[in-house]
Amino acid sequence: MKTKVQASAAFLEPAKAPAVKIFGVGSAGVAMLDTLNGGDFAGAGFVAINTDASSLAASSAAIKIQLETKLLRGLGTGGDPERGRAIAEEQFATLKTACDGADVVFVVAGLGGGAGSGISSVLARAAKEAGALVLAFVTLPFACEGNRRQQQAQQGLDQLKSVADGVICLPCQKTFKLIDENTSVLDTFRITDGLLVESVCGIWRLLTRKGLIRIHFDDLCALLRDRHSESVFACVEATGPARAREVVEKLVAHPLLDEGRALAESSAVLVSLMGGKELAMAEVNRVMEQIGRQCEHAQIIMGAAVDETLKNRLSVTVIAAKQGPVPMELPPLAASGDSVEQVTPRGIMARPGSRCGSSAPSLTSEQREQILAKNAGTRARKTGPKMRQAQLPLAIISKGRFDKSEPTIHKGEDLDIPTYVRRGVALN
Amino acid sequence: MFDDSSIIVGLEIGTSKVCAVVGERNADGSLNVIGLGQARSRGVRKGEIVDTTQAEEDVRNAIVEAEQMADVEIRNVYLGVTGAHIRGFNNRGVHPVVSADREISEDDVQDVVKNAKAINLPTENNVVHAIRQHFFVDGQDGVTNPVGMLGSRLEVDVHVVHGRTNRLQNAIRLVKGLQLEVDEIVFNGLASSLALLSNEQKELGALVIDIGGGTTDYVVYTNGVIRHTGVLAIGGDHVSNDLAYGLKVPLSRAEKLKLEFGSALVDEETKGQTITITNELGLPLKTVNVEHLRRIMSLRLEEIFQLVGQDLEQAGLFNYLRAGIFLCGGCARVPQIAPLAEQVLQMPVSLGQTNSVSGLKSALDQPEFVTAIGLVKFGSFKTRKREGKPSLAQGIKGALSSLLRRS
Ligand SMILES: Nc1nc2c(ncn2[C@@H]2O[C@H](COP(=O)(O)OP(=O)(O)OP(=O)(O)O)[C@@H](O)[C@H]2O)c(=O)[nH]1
Ligand SMILES: Nc1ncnc2c1ncn2[C@@H]1O[C@H](COP(=O)(O)OP(=O)(O)O)[C@@H](O)[C@H]1O
Ligand SMILES: [Mg+2]
Ligand SMILES: [Mg+2]
Repeated sequence: MKTKVQASAAFLEPAKAPAVKIFGVGSAGVAMLDTLNGGDFAGAGFVAINTDASSLAASSAAIKIQLETKLLRGLGTGGDPERGRAIAEEQFATLKTACDGADVVFVVAGLGGGAGSGISSVLARAAKEAGALVLAFVTLPFACEGNRRQQQAQQGLDQLKSVADGVICLPCQKTFKLIDENTSVLDTFRITDGLLVESVCGIWRLLTRKGLIRIHFDDLCALLRDRHSESVFACVEATGPARAREVVEKLVAHPLLDEGRALAESSAVLVSLMGGKELAMAEVNRVMEQIGRQCEHAQIIMGAAVDETLKNRLSVTVIAAKQGPVPMELPPLAASGDSVEQVTPRGIMARPGSRCGSSAPSLTSEQREQILAKNAGTRARKTGPKMRQAQLPLAIISKGRFDKSEPTIHKGEDLDIPTYVRRGVALN
Repeated sequence: MFDDSSIIVGLEIGTSKVCAVVGERNADGSLNVIGLGQARSRGVRKGEIVDTTQAEEDVRNAIVEAEQMADVEIRNVYLGVTGAHIRGFNNRGVHPVVSADREISEDDVQDVVKNAKAINLPTENNVVHAIRQHFFVDGQDGVTNPVGMLGSRLEVDVHVVHGRTNRLQNAIRLVKGLQLEVDEIVFNGLASSLALLSNEQKELGALVIDIGGGTTDYVVYTNGVIRHTGVLAIGGDHVSNDLAYGLKVPLSRAEKLKLEFGSALVDEETKGQTITITNELGLPLKTVNVEHLRRIMSLRLEEIFQLVGQDLEQAGLFNYLRAGIFLCGGCARVPQIAPLAEQVLQMPVSLGQTNSVSGLKSALDQPEFVTAIGLVKFGSFKTRKREGKPSLAQGIKGALSSLLRRS
């Protein structure tokens, strides 16, 4: 098991690029982190956090933190976010140390279970206290996972929104449009993983690539922060001479953007264009003009950057946010003002580069041993949380009598599906 | 034959049945139900018309039956509406009292009510009701009639029920196509609550839940006024559908099993009990586990109460229901439903009884007909108001009349 940051590649980055740490929280978060870890995130630190030893054991993250108390015995939180939260609070110092040296912290989690939903917001707070900007990328459970998970997820999301600078949220239910009925549960999760990873990549590139037009991170946060309904995102690519037109067509047809409706309804849209060396301003303008026509009511923030590895591909990431109802408790504005300062180039350059290299959490050797022991002991366990997930009745149920009527959706849950099915009550 | 003006007809185009109730208003203002017509409903899902031809036929049959029984010709109806698109909220109107002596006049009251009803709805929506709650004079609340009081600032709360214009129009258009006039449209939940609650219960605070075939409509009263309304597009159809799915039987069979063996609670003695389903010849086709049947039902009904409960919790109304909770709609017939609701909502729950209406016993005792009886009651309130002084209620009618005309 590696316990040091992969390499000090971060040193080699131009001083302007912010130091990014990506945290996967909970079993889903840790799994998604693995998908990210394969991608091109030179210089980013990967940290896996979970209560569940088997999930961490399988992770390829450089740093793994198992939040553990004797009571849990490596068995996770039992699906209770309150426990997740309590352990995270207990280990707040560890979390904060883990965030040390990062200018930007990404928190990746699947909300709904105990660990992801409970720990994420505490981690976000720790990251803020460590001086980083926090952006969370989370999924909400499938409707058929049941009411309790939905509620836990919603609560976790609200908590995150009140601390993180930005939250990008993908309700898994939306991905149903992308899959056919026979897709297995695990493949379905792979698709959600893929989508979330795309958005992390999109923002990562935005932050780290040389920009023709740079998006300021504070613009991005401002866009996400004050919009309390979910932000939707999509990432598309095209090549060839007609690529400018094609990307827009693909965006408008994108299922996560509700066939373009999400754009039409959004009040703020962030567009990030990425192309190879030959990306020209004229092309950027052409794309922006067409996107602008799709979202007439929105404030548009755009950025364009060159990524040589893209060669002749044009890649566009869009984040569309709707102005939701304002929640009862708004995070204090002063706090967000503070954090914005941290991203100014001055703030970032002031950080000695070497701190990136030494950002391993200061676990005592005792603690580390503990983690190692736990991981070794539980590797063989078969009934991991994913196995349990796999037994959920994800097969799409014929809606019988309600086939032709408007579905009864309540807080994202399809109530036309029998209650006993959604609650996972076994007959027999 | 009766004098036309005293006849009031309520029409509910329900998901399970269409029913028309004919009421007669006596000289003393009391109400008498003199006719009832009903037909199985085939063109409605979740409270909204999905098949106009079928619905038209069903409405016609129900009306004809009611006409025959009451021996009247029906020309106007108070039409019940429901559906997932219907919402309620409270709105406050403010009006400065400008007269030199600061005495609040009738005009001030009219103005403040007008302000409260000036609601900015999305253009595709239409107000169904804007019901006056209480007045505030210089911030002091609970004023029922401020005329003659002294003050500089008059405020009033109204409860607004609104819905999608085109979806409301579907029902209105259908009724008009049958050469019937629509007096007014009324939210079904409101109608049911009018039929069930006494003034005292409204004063104490009460919740009425009407669980029908396709929707659950509910209304909360506190301090004598409507405080909250809601619609869940879930009902008895969902129970049957769940059973069809869970017991692997056709929907029609599931419906029968529900009526015959259903219960909202799973008790010990049903454990292991089975029912054998036979075909027309009496040959066994399949056995069904009674415990499973009731478990499936119980979970669905429990969820309905949980959802209503969550909504009231959010609205902060839970502690104001001192008269308790009253159930109606066909699903109120499910055995043990009141105890289940009590378990979930932790409050006394009873089956509603229609209040201060007399006449046909057969109609008045059925939970399915509560809405239509309530529609008649609504109509009778309106007639009474119209006969008296030109009241504030006219304003609502004004807002609605454009909707009725356009249909
Ligand atoms: N994208 C994706 N989502 C997943 C995956 N596994 C689970 N989920 C989703 O994430 C939610 C949270 O599940 P987990 O991450 O397993 O739960 P946890 O945070 O580890 O919490 P506990 O196991 O209850 O302590 C679930 O409700 C699923 O919607 C996965 O592999 N990929
Ligand atoms: N005894 C009973 N047990 C269970 N469900 C019943 C019973 N009687 C009626 N129902 C259900 O009540 C529903 C009809 O209620 P009703 O108020 O007439 O609906 P609507 O107003 O939507 O037409 C149907 O789903 C029917 O199955
Ligand atoms: Mg887990
Ligand atoms: Mg009804």
